[in-house]
Amino acid sequence: MNSATREAYGAALRDLGRVNPNIVALDADLAGSTKSAMFGKEHPDRFFDMGISEADMIGTAAGLATCGKIPFASSFSVFVTGRAFEQIRNSVCNANVNVKVVGSHAGPSCGEDGSSHQAVEDIAIMRALPHMTVVVPADDVEAYAATVALADHTGPAYLRVARLASPTIHEEEGYKFVLGKGEVLREGTDITVVACGMMVPRALHAAELLADEGISAEVINMATVKPIDADLLVECAKKTGKIITIEEGSMVGGLGTAVAEVLSERCPVPVRRIGLPDVFGISGPGDQLLDYYRLNAGHIIEVAHELLA
Amino acid sequence: MCNDLLSIAREMRVHIVEMLAAAGSGHPGGSLSATDIIADLYFQHMRLDPENPAWEDRDRFVLAKGHAAPALYAALALRGYFPVEDLQGLRKIGSHLQGHPCMSSTPGVDMSTGSLGQGLSVANGMALAGRIDGRSYYVYCLMGDGELQEGQVWEAAMSAAHYGLDHVIAFVDHNGLQIDGHNDEVMTVTPIDEKFRAFGWDVVCIDGHDFKQIDDAIAHAKATKGKPTLVVCETVKGKGVSFMENQVDWHGVAPTPEQATAAVAEIRGL
Repeated sequence: MNSATREAYGAALRDLGRVNPNIVALDADLAGSTKSAMFGKEHPDRFFDMGISEADMIGTAAGLATCGKIPFASSFSVFVTGRAFEQIRNSVCNANVNVKVVGSHAGPSCGEDGSSHQAVEDIAIMRALPHMTVVVPADDVEAYAATVALADHTGPAYLRVARLASPTIHEEEGYKFVLGKGEVLREGTDITVVACGMMVPRALHAAELLADEGISAEVINMATVKPIDADLLVECAKKTGKIITIEEGSMVGGLGTAVAEVLSERCPVPVRRIGLPDVFGISGPGDQLLDYYRLNAGHIIEVAHELLA
Repeated sequence: MCNDLLSIAREMRVHIVEMLAAAGSGHPGGSLSATDIIADLYFQHMRLDPENPAWEDRDRFVLAKGHAAPALYAALALRGYFPVEDLQGLRKIGSHLQGHPCMSSTPGVDMSTGSLGQGLSVANGMALAGRIDGRSYYVYCLMGDGELQEGQVWEAAMSAAHYGLDHVIAFVDHNGLQIDGHNDEVMTVTPIDEKFRAFGWDVVCIDGHDFKQIDDAIAHAKATKGKPTLVVCETVKGKGVSFMENQVDWHGVAPTPEQATAAVAEIRGL
């Protein structure tokens, strides 16, 4: 409970390894941080530390996948999606092999390491690749379930997990993650907030505060950013007619863009995006940086007021 | 078998020239330099079943220098993976023969390639999977010499040695030429053998057009335990077609129909 999504990823990977001998894991010298070491400790014969060589790691994962393995290849998000982008493009997505790319320490919540280590573009560049599925879980319960779901799904996928611990919003008991489906976390009629990752608890908090003002905000957890649940978005747009998106990354090409792509074609309504305004991050404590970039409830409320004015 | 291989390689070269002429684009030079290596692998060494391309115990082949696809396609067609007539569809809309190897469209292609530098990592992954599953298959990987300029090759060279992947047998088609000129003018890659030895590989240097030497190198590689083997093959770009041999301009230009006719006559010794 209330742990980082990377912790849940590591636990899920370890547990998957117990039941599925085809699960293998690779890391690029960050296994302790991405938590893939939890798998490595229990299944050392199926864990490969590739050293600090993300390109080789992805290529190796692709080779394993052609032989029926289900490789999870982890590193910091910025390195695994950026350094190895073209390997993911050609050896994974173009070859259409069953490799799961896992990027941790994504977004400014990565914290003190600063801009070189905070992926802001990963959702955009992974989303741009044909065959790719992109998942950004909101909490530890969802991260665990999403990892299991991606192991069951055949095809390339990108899982984005966070360094920072965040509040658990899902009941573990009876929770079911459905790949490709958005989740209505809170019903509302005046406005819809679509969020992913660590922004989901903040969206829920904003909705509570808006309710105190008599504004009914719907909250959607869009963990699967690709393929996005277009039907749910259209339904929301028809109902509330006003959409706010919030994500912990660049506004260029991310969740907000994906939502706008759907709605501009199928149900044009005002869409306001909250995210990083085409900038790299800075050093600082991760939780403080989220507020520094106004990735918070206050910003959602402010935009809601503007849209409802 | 060597005589058979000679005639098979000759037939492959004819198909390479003819399919490239029909396509109107593609890479003859590096296809012809790699032909004998690929012929020897597919008709002498590799454990395969063309009736069952996905056979789990088959040997694998990764054409890291994916632009030599015509040589691979010729071998696969002659080996019975698909009709020889399909070769005429190379690079055309609706054909399963893409400009660079595509595993989801062409039967018998073990890995999609085309972007240089990525194949050796993939071969390593295949070998690791074989180790996990206790299978005995070998993974053959054919790289270009210019390809060695890609940093990922050296990452993969480190990994193969680190994990002791003795079922990886890699070849370098060392024809000395790349698009912009001679390797030594563009970016020096030699000494290839010393570099790979320093990375922990077993290395053999041979004439890449001599089947006996290719056979001996593979036998040596299979006898080598605990480390991967690299076979550095001295080759001639455009081998078998005199007006293409050692000509950098024939890296990525298809022959005209007239040139193809002359080339085929020469290959067939007419």
